[in-house]
Amino acid sequence: MEEKKGFFKRLVDGLSKTRDNIVTGFDSIFMGYSSIDEDFYEELEETLVMGDIGISATTSIIEDLKNKVREQNIKDPGECRRLLMQSIKDQMDLGPGAYEFENRRSVILVVGVNGVGKTTSIGKLAGLLKDDGKKVLLAAADTFRAAAGEQLSMWAERAGVDIIMGQDGSDPGAVVYDAINAAKSRGTDILICDTAGRLHNKKNLMNELVKINRIIEREYPEAYKEVLVVLDGTTGQNALSQARQFQEATDISGIILTKLDGTAKGGIAVAIHAELGIPVKYIGVGEQIDDLQKFDADAFVNALFAEDQAS
Amino acid sequence: MAFENLTEKLQNVFKNLRGKGRLSEEDVKSALKEVKMALLEADVNFKVVRQFTKAVQEKAVGQDVMNGLNPAQMVIKIVNDEMVNLMGSSGETLKVNPGGEMTVIMMMGLQGAGKTTTTAKLAAKYKSQGKKPLLAACDVYRPAAIKQLQLNGERVGVEVFSLGDREKPEVIAAKAVEYARENGFNMVFIDTAGRLHVDDEMMDELERIREAVHVDQTILVADAMTGQDAVNVAERFEEKIGIDGVILTKMDGDTRGGAALSIRASCGKPILYVGMGEKPSDLEQFYPDRMASRILGMGDVLSLIEKAQENLNEETAREMEKKLKKATFGFDDYLESMSQMKKMGGIQEILGMLPGVGNAQMKMLEDSVDESMMARTEAIILSMTPKERSNPDILNVSRKNRIARGAGVDIAEVNRLVKQFEQARKMMKQMGGMMGGRKKGLFGGLNLPF
Repeated sequence: MEEKKGFFKRLVDGLSKTRDNIVTGFDSIFMGYSSIDEDFYEELEETLVMGDIGISATTSIIEDLKNKVREQNIKDPGECRRLLMQSIKDQMDLGPGAYEFENRRSVILVVGVNGVGKTTSIGKLAGLLKDDGKKVLLAAADTFRAAAGEQLSMWAERAGVDIIMGQDGSDPGAVVYDAINAAKSRGTDILICDTAGRLHNKKNLMNELVKINRIIEREYPEAYKEVLVVLDGTTGQNALSQARQFQEATDISGIILTKLDGTAKGGIAVAIHAELGIPVKYIGVGEQIDDLQKFDADAFVNALFAEDQAS
Repeated sequence: MAFENLTEKLQNVFKNLRGKGRLSEEDVKSALKEVKMALLEADVNFKVVRQFTKAVQEKAVGQDVMNGLNPAQMVIKIVNDEMVNLMGSSGETLKVNPGGEMTVIMMMGLQGAGKTTTTAKLAAKYKSQGKKPLLAACDVYRPAAIKQLQLNGERVGVEVFSLGDREKPEVIAAKAVEYARENGFNMVFIDTAGRLHVDDEMMDELERIREAVHVDQTILVADAMTGQDAVNVAERFEEKIGIDGVILTKMDGDTRGGAALSIRASCGKPILYVGMGEKPSDLEQFYPDRMASRILGMGDVLSLIEKAQENLNEETAREMEKKLKKATFGFDDYLESMSQMKKMGGIQEILGMLPGVGNAQMKMLEDSVDESMMARTEAIILSMTPKERSNPDILNVSRKNRIARGAGVDIAEVNRLVKQFEQARKMMKQMGGMMGGRKKGLFGGLNLPF
């Protein structure tokens, strides 16, 4: 079947279709201009917006770029491109301690709107951590969507980890409660809690999440807590609103950005990091169990801007 | 959202141009810059925005500003008209073969767009119209996808045909249609796996399904929150498979839904329905005019009006309006309007549809009126005497204390409610005035519950 690919190859592959657009865009900008003028910046702005980076993040990126160009007296559009890449890399850099939960006894709460790939990402994450020698337990706290529990238990089987399930329609808080007790008694390293997809503007559903969060804090205070919001890489500006609302409810510590194997550019991650300071920690680039990767700002931006078109 | 109302922005652009009779090229250009930003923030594809603003510019320059409108409103009117125009007409439906003749419909889209949920909703819709639909479970890849369809099918009382996940989707589709013919079904909905538009192998699979059975209609299910990529997706599905209609899902979120315009502009196919929630009944008709004002961030006024009409007894509404005018609106009416609001989907949904209700205000209102508070509000009002309810002005401290005890709440909550009531009364009065008066075209003859 398919050979196992390294991170960068997978990312480049995954993002290559992505790049077809953004790169042709960028290339034509950088190649088509012999000097850096207002037209150049305007078209650059447009291209960034087209990458779903969002108008406000785009504006600040370009301001930053303009200042640097002025300070360093840059005349060459190619040089300008290098600068732009660097500034996005700097912005997206994770910093130390981003994956601290791997080294501790921890609990990961996974949240997000419907259809972003929460359950799939959890399955992959469980596989990743299991391969790392961790003892992982899953909590199937999406008791709402039809067959969500079954879906997660299939992933648990694939990853070879244990799972705590609740009845369909039962209280998700109770499932989490049970899972915490199981994690304690089984000596689990990392407990991952799946939750039902919910639109961030539904107050009642968000309150339910607050409650789940509270149960974790109350029942498992000794565990290191990580809350990951899963965002669909094809989502536009609404992802910002999602990140904002989920952060308010649960104190988000990171993002899993999914579906980056299509033509979507995932630029919204840049916007979210710029506006909310929430880092991307993982990216999803396919449906296989090893298609979840730790986020690497260098590779991400390089792949996004890479000049050669991967076949 | 960091988005200000477009109307406001345009008003700023035209601040110095009040009273101009005709839109000059300069005016239009600076106005369209704001329109462009608004569209981009709504996730309309950049290329679509460019074509669109160009078309608007050509239309707008030199136009006379209509009586009663200021230049900003005139530009919005032109923009809005053009957008509605582009998005096609409302009430487009699936082409279903007449009588008992078999119709086969294939659902397709990216992962997580909401195909399985939508498929069940759609089947339920046709079932209620007297058709006999069958669901074919052809997503053999995603864990538990078949189970999900079966549970959804059960919920809406529609049979699901499945051969497990070992058969090829095209084989399942063919057998499903055969089964449908033999067992008196006249519609088959084929639920396919989510797939990326650039995954050639998976796109070929859709073609194979179409070769294996005669598919009458193909439906692209797309997430309303999709960003710039919506165009790529629609173009690719149209080119490889062909799209007959589009269903936009997750419209009950707070996305501005620019994807609707992008998809429509790029594949030219009608948007048939919008998904408004997770219940089987949450599939609504698509209205281009409402979508246009939503994308422009002008509030979904028309939807609100229709919702109000659907859910309200006209007579109660008229009575309420009378009371408002006479300012005899009391706590009983407040309670009544509260329960009517509940019927219309809660105050947040209603306010979200109103133009000019910004995020900050929304937030404030949300904090003050979340749903569990409604129950307490009810308790407080029910603890009042009829006299107090119809004449809130007599509420003094001792009365309030008694009410608080009766409802089992703190007196502060009673105070807050009284204050809220006063605000609501004021707001309703304003709205009453708005509706009664000048804007005949938009609000004329309508009775809102306030």
